[in-house]
This record gives sequence, structure tokens and C-alpha cells, in this order.
Amino acid sequence: MQGITKTFPGVVANDNVTLKVKEGEILALLGENGAGKSTLMSILFGAYSADSGTIRIHGKEVEIKNPNIATELKIGMVHQHFQLVQNYSVTENIVLGREPVNKWKVLDIPSAEKRVSQLIEQYGLRVDPKALIEDITVGMQQRVEILKVLYRNANIIIFDEPTAVLTPQEIDELMEIIRRLKTEGKTIVLITHKLKEIKAVADRCTVLRRGKVVDTVDVASVTEQQLAEMMVGRSVKFELDKSPCKIGTAVLRVQNVFINDIQGNPKVHDLSFEVHEGEILGIAGVDGNGQSELFYGLTGLCPVVSGKIILSGVDITNMSIRERIEQGLGHVPEDRQKHGLVSDFSISENCAIKNYYLPPLTKRFGLLDFPLMKKNAQTLIKQFDIRAGEGADTPAGSLSGGNQQKVIVAREISLSPKVLLVAQPTRGLDVGAIEYIRKRILDEREKGRAILLVSFELDEIMNLCDRIATISKGSIVGTYKQGEVTEREIGLMMAGSKKGDAQ
Amino acid sequence: MSRNKQNRLVSGGSRLLESDAVVSVLVVILGFLVGTLLVALVGRKPSNMYKAIFQAFSGYNIDNGKMNVRYIGETLNYSVPYILCGLSMGFAERVGLFNIGGEGQYIMGMTVAQVFALLGPQIPVFQWVACIVLAIVVGAIWGGIVGVLKAKYEVSEVVSTIMLNYISLYLSRIICFQLPGATTYKTANFPPTASLSNSFFQRITNDSTLNNGLFMMVLAVLVFWFVMEKTRLGYGMRATGFNKEAARASGIPVVKSITISMAISGAFAGLAGGIVALGSFKYGRIISGMDNYGFDGIAVALVGNCTAGGTMIAGFLFGLLKNAQALMQSKQIPKEITYIIQGLIVVFIALRSGLKLYQEWLEKKRLQKEVAIK
Repeated sequence: MQGITKTFPGVVANDNVTLKVKEGEILALLGENGAGKSTLMSILFGAYSADSGTIRIHGKEVEIKNPNIATELKIGMVHQHFQLVQNYSVTENIVLGREPVNKWKVLDIPSAEKRVSQLIEQYGLRVDPKALIEDITVGMQQRVEILKVLYRNANIIIFDEPTAVLTPQEIDELMEIIRRLKTEGKTIVLITHKLKEIKAVADRCTVLRRGKVVDTVDVASVTEQQLAEMMVGRSVKFELDKSPCKIGTAVLRVQNVFINDIQGNPKVHDLSFEVHEGEILGIAGVDGNGQSELFYGLTGLCPVVSGKIILSGVDITNMSIRERIEQGLGHVPEDRQKHGLVSDFSISENCAIKNYYLPPLTKRFGLLDFPLMKKNAQTLIKQFDIRAGEGADTPAGSLSGGNQQKVIVAREISLSPKVLLVAQPTRGLDVGAIEYIRKRILDEREKGRAILLVSFELDEIMNLCDRIATISKGSIVGTYKQGEVTEREIGLMMAGSKKGDAQ
Repeated sequence: MSRNKQNRLVSGGSRLLESDAVVSVLVVILGFLVGTLLVALVGRKPSNMYKAIFQAFSGYNIDNGKMNVRYIGETLNYSVPYILCGLSMGFAERVGLFNIGGEGQYIMGMTVAQVFALLGPQIPVFQWVACIVLAIVVGAIWGGIVGVLKAKYEVSEVVSTIMLNYISLYLSRIICFQLPGATTYKTANFPPTASLSNSFFQRITNDSTLNNGLFMMVLAVLVFWFVMEKTRLGYGMRATGFNKEAARASGIPVVKSITISMAISGAFAGLAGGIVALGSFKYGRIISGMDNYGFDGIAVALVGNCTAGGTMIAGFLFGLLKNAQALMQSKQIPKEITYIIQGLIVVFIALRSGLKLYQEWLEKKRLQKEVAIK
């Protein structure tokens, strides 16, 4: 397979990109969010069509109009979001769309199972072909996705951000699987923005920035630092300067809290912890283990079934959202678009959304002071380096993800809350914005603010937090001071085992 | 150079299309163009249609050169309920609600105004003011019920408003049959103290039915604008309308916003009912069907982009067409053409998303060119 040239207008996602993948190698495709990695691969997989450019496989030009053609050409994709039917078995999911039939045209699951078992054997992908998807772990589900691709005889396998949902142990196993696939003669394209993984498995690495190819390098000849600089286009600092923790009194106390999700399924189970002034408590865990519900319960978006939430001596368990905010609860929500911003509102209106009803923003007779609102927003725009075309009047929806997050963080900090709840503050942001947001969070800690941080990025937790609590299936498995626990140990706890058990 | 200019033109054009007001104007023009075509197709002179509309607008009859200002007065009077019902729809829409119940709220306002006009104390000024206030209050309650159902019990406002429309129609009939002098379709005449007539307006518009309702309409437009754009109440409502979840997460009392907005929305429609009852008729009506102002209000609000000013202009347009109907018939133009034009306008407005697609396509072409040049 050689020579893919692609341009893809719309927002010039890929600007004249050429990508060469050699047979039997692992090529990493590195770039920030929005650099055009996924678009490029979607074109190769036939999900989008390109405006110009050609794809050649083994020197022969092909036209990939839809994913079926890609499958025929033996190109397979392991998607970031699994596409599995929950109440079907592993085998049923694998054969879905290509069901084997016997001579009477009746579905022949046993023969499919045999074929799947062979594949499992051949590539060392440990899964039970008869198990239901809903009963197996995320890591196993991913293996099912890989098996789906193999079942369709793919020779070129694309992995789209495969490690986003995995624990560190599962990541190690996946890396092993990828290496195994390579020795079995498969060609692999690994889309990622994680440098460690590239160093771990990839042979070569193509770096994309703003839709253009920056360079293609041999992974062995570059350092992680160099890769990062190529990706961002300037030097980056990995380690954050962090002063020692000056712990104060406990501001937020959560006592034996139980919370259900909207469907009424128990999601948070007998959870207790404290957050102190001047510290960042991190909650580590794999997505879907009750972190979202915990935050909904703390902020009042969702009722608490039982237990107590106490904010500097005041019981806020049954307070309305507004009362909690008035008590000093700040919240940087996980879902910016849904909970954080009103995208049709201007920056100025968004900055005022939590205190617009109070003086001085509200004057006599319920009249709003729009000029003051704008002035406040302009101050925040300057303070937080928010890039907006029309200043405070820019609609929030037209900002980039990083700038939207800056608006939210600016608003929350400007309200000087007693406790700041921060969920996934850097998800989907580019490296520059990530650095900035993390620095701001640390600044708040310096000022003695109590901060509770939820993140699925273990790096982020390890770098920012003073104490780390690991959550699994709605319960905290263990809480340790930073430095007392390794990434591996947290990984084991994420999977549900106590620290002691592991040793 | 010429390419640059063309680019600027394209981007200028697409920026114009981004403005909702411009789209509305374009849509209205398009509606008239198609209407003109239809008139020509059925073998009538389109110029007669425009002559009728012009006469309804200015009072000037092009054919015989005579001027009669009464037409202006009637056009304005017809516009008042359209504008108010448009405000009713628009207010709810801005908070993310679809108020199809304008008709029911209008009927309730009309009914209570008629009741008080016939049974209330006949004190000059007080009586008609009280009638109007009651109409507003009852309209607000009728809308508020929907708001409470929606906010507290998550009952779809579309369903509950449609149901309430029928309840209002028959409730109105039951009530009005009990009024003095009730026949199958009308009650006794209103006392003069309940009339909205304004002798000054009558004098300057050659005895048209234009009445004090005009002031109330203008006031309502100002209230809409003021509450929505200037107050904290309106801020909370707009936030709720744009993104209910974000509003809730930010502590805005969403339940309260929804209830109050439906009540205010109902108040506008109730006011319209009161004004039509006491301003355009000398007796109470026992209605057998709906007046459809409430439903037309939906179209008015859509054309007016749910803003105060836009709705006022759109309401004038609808009033103008309604007043032009009789004139059209006298010029051998079927009056139904006005409904067709109104319908076309609404359809074209609904096609706005199609326009957005076209815009995106333009933008894509432009980018493609840029890439190709490089």
C-alpha cells in the first residue's frame, strides 16, 4: 500500500495529505484533536469521500465509496466507540452483517463459533465466544471489535484512539495484541495523541497538524519530547511546577452518599470523602463507574438517594442548584456543550449566567445591567486569554473548544467558590489549552481553594492531584497521597481490586 | 482581483442570509411572487391583487384616484389580534415552548371580556379597562395551566394546549348562552361603557373600527421587548429556551421560567381576545368555530422571528392581507389567494434549514477553491 493523497474541504480537515503505510508495519498517526487524523482515516475507510486525491493499495488505484468496499479491500477499522449489540453474544456480534448460513440458508452459529475460536487462538485474543457483550469488560469488548475486523479478513487495521477507555493494564495488553497482529503479517495504523503508546509499539510515525503532514519519522530515532513539539508546533512542558501542598480544613464532606442514574439504576454506592482547602483531590477511574452521577449529585442536577453532602458546615444535600451555587459550589462540568454554556448566548451573557439575578448585575425593577456584564466579561477575556473574534459579544458557540472551556473556567473562578468541582477539564482540548487550564487549576489550589477533580486521563490525575481516590463501580477502592501510589496500582484499583490484593 | 471581489460577494451574500430578518423579508417576497404567478395562472390580472393590497395599505384607490383613510384604520385594527397572538406564540417559543394554545387563550379572554361587559357595573372607562384586565388574567391562567403541567409533570405543551383549545371553545359557548339576550349566535348589545371605541380614531380614519386596542397592542409589543431583552426574568427565559440543561445546571429555576413564560404567553392571547370582543363587535358572540387568530399567530411569530419588532411587522402584513381580501374580490381576484400567500410564506420559512444547507454548500465550494489555488 503506497501513496494516499487527500484533500478534504469543509474546514480543510486534510490539506493535501500524503500518507504512506508499508506492508507489515505499525504506523502511528499523531496529532492533536482536530488535526484531521480521524477524517483522514474515515476517508480511507469509506465513511467520508474526499474532494480530491487518490488512494492506492499495492500500487493499484482504488475508489472507496463506502465501508463495504473498504472491507472488500481488506481494510478494517476498530472504532473508538464500540459498535456492539449489548445483548448478543461475542460470536453473534462478530458475524453480524456476514452471517454464515448452512445449505438450507439457516443461520449457522456453531460454525461461526469455530471460526472465531480459531481466530482467538491465532492472535491470542482472550474472549469467550459465547459470552454476552454486556457481561464482559471494556477491554474484552475491544478485542471483539478487533475480532470483527479479523473475521472480515482485514490486512490493514486502523485503530482509532483505542486506549481512551482502557485501564493501564488493559492498555499494556492491547499493545501486546497489536504487536502480535504485526507478527502475523497485518499492517496497522494507530491513531492516537498519546506519545507513550507510539514509543511502545509504532515503527514509524506521521505527525499531522491542522490538516497538514508535518513529518514522518522513525519512532526509534526521536524522543517523546520531540514528537510532542512536532505535534503542537512549539516547545511544551510536560511536568507542571507544583508547590508542596498546604492542606487546610475540610471544606466539602461527602458522607455515605448513594446516587442513582436517570433510569434509577444505582450508580454511586456508599461513597464518603473529604476535600480540604488548598488541595486537589482526584478521582481516578474508567468512564462509567459513577463519576458523572457523583458530580450530578454534588451539584444538584440529580437527587441524592441517601447520605449527606456538607459544604463548610452547611448541609446542602437537599438544596436547589442555585442555593448550592450561593453556598459556594463551583462546577466545571464534564459536558461543556450540554451543561456548561448556552452556545447562542454571547460570552458576556455566559459569564453572568450564575449571578445575573443578583446586584450589581441586576438593578432596580429586575433590570439587567448589560454594560456591566460586558465589562466583567472583557476583564475575564483579558485575564484568561480567551480568543474571541468579536470580544465579549462573540457567541459562545462559535468559539473553539479550548476557548469555550476557558470561558467556563473563568466564570467559575470569578465567582470565587469555596469548592471547585472539575470534571474532565481538558477533554478534547489542544495541548496549549490543556497546559493553560491545568495551570489555572493549580493557581486556584495555591490560593487555598478546595478542588475535586474527575478525569479519565490518568496522567492528568497523577500530575495535578495531591490525593488520589480510585473509583470502581460507584465505590472508592482506595485513597492515597500522591507519591504513595503508582500508576499500575491505580490501574488495578480501577479494575476493582484493593491495593493490598495486588501485591 | 475579480476573484477577490467575487469571494467577498459570496461571503457578503451568505452573511446576509445568516440574518434572520433578511431571510424573513426574502421569504415574504418569494411568497408574493408565487402568489402572483398563481393569480396569472388562473387568468386574472396580478396587478389587481397589488392594487387591492395597496389600497388596504394606503387607502388610495389607484383605479379611480379616490382616497379613503378608513382602509388604513381597518388594516391596523385587523393587525392587532394577529400581532398579539404572534407575541403569544413568540414569547413561548423564545423559552423553547410551542404554544399552539393561543386560540384557546384567545377564546377565554374573549369570553370573560364579554361576560364582564354584559354583567359588570356600567362605569365609564372602568368597565372596559376591567374587561381587558380580566381577559389578560384569564388568558394568563389558561396558559399558566399548561406551564404548570409542563414544568411539574412534563406534559407536552403541544398536547395540552390543543386539548385546552377545544375545552375553551365549548366552555365559551356554555357560558355565553347564559348571558342576557342570548340567541344561537349572539348576545345582547354591549353597553357603551364597555366599548373600546375611540372617537378620535373614528374621526381621523373616517369611522373605521380602529379602537383603543391599538394602544394596548403597542404597549404589549413594548412589554414583550422589555421583559425579554432587558430584565433578569427574560434572561433566565432566553437561557432556558436556548439550552434548558445548561440553564438548569447554572441554577436558573427552569420550572419557574417555563410556568411564567406560558402565563405571559397566554396573557398576550387573552388580551387579543378581549380587544376583538369589545373593539370589533357591538354584541357578545356565541362562537360556533374558532377565529383562528391564535393559529395564525404561529405563522406571524415564525415570520417575525419571535422578536417583538419582527412580530409587529409580520402581524401588520397579515392584517393587511386580511383587509385586502374584500377589495380583491371586488376586483375578481379570489380572496383565497391571501391564504395561499400566507401558507407559502410559512412553508418557505420552514425551508430555512434548506437555505442553511445551501450556505454550507457555498462555503464548501469557496474552501475547495482556496485549496485548489494553493
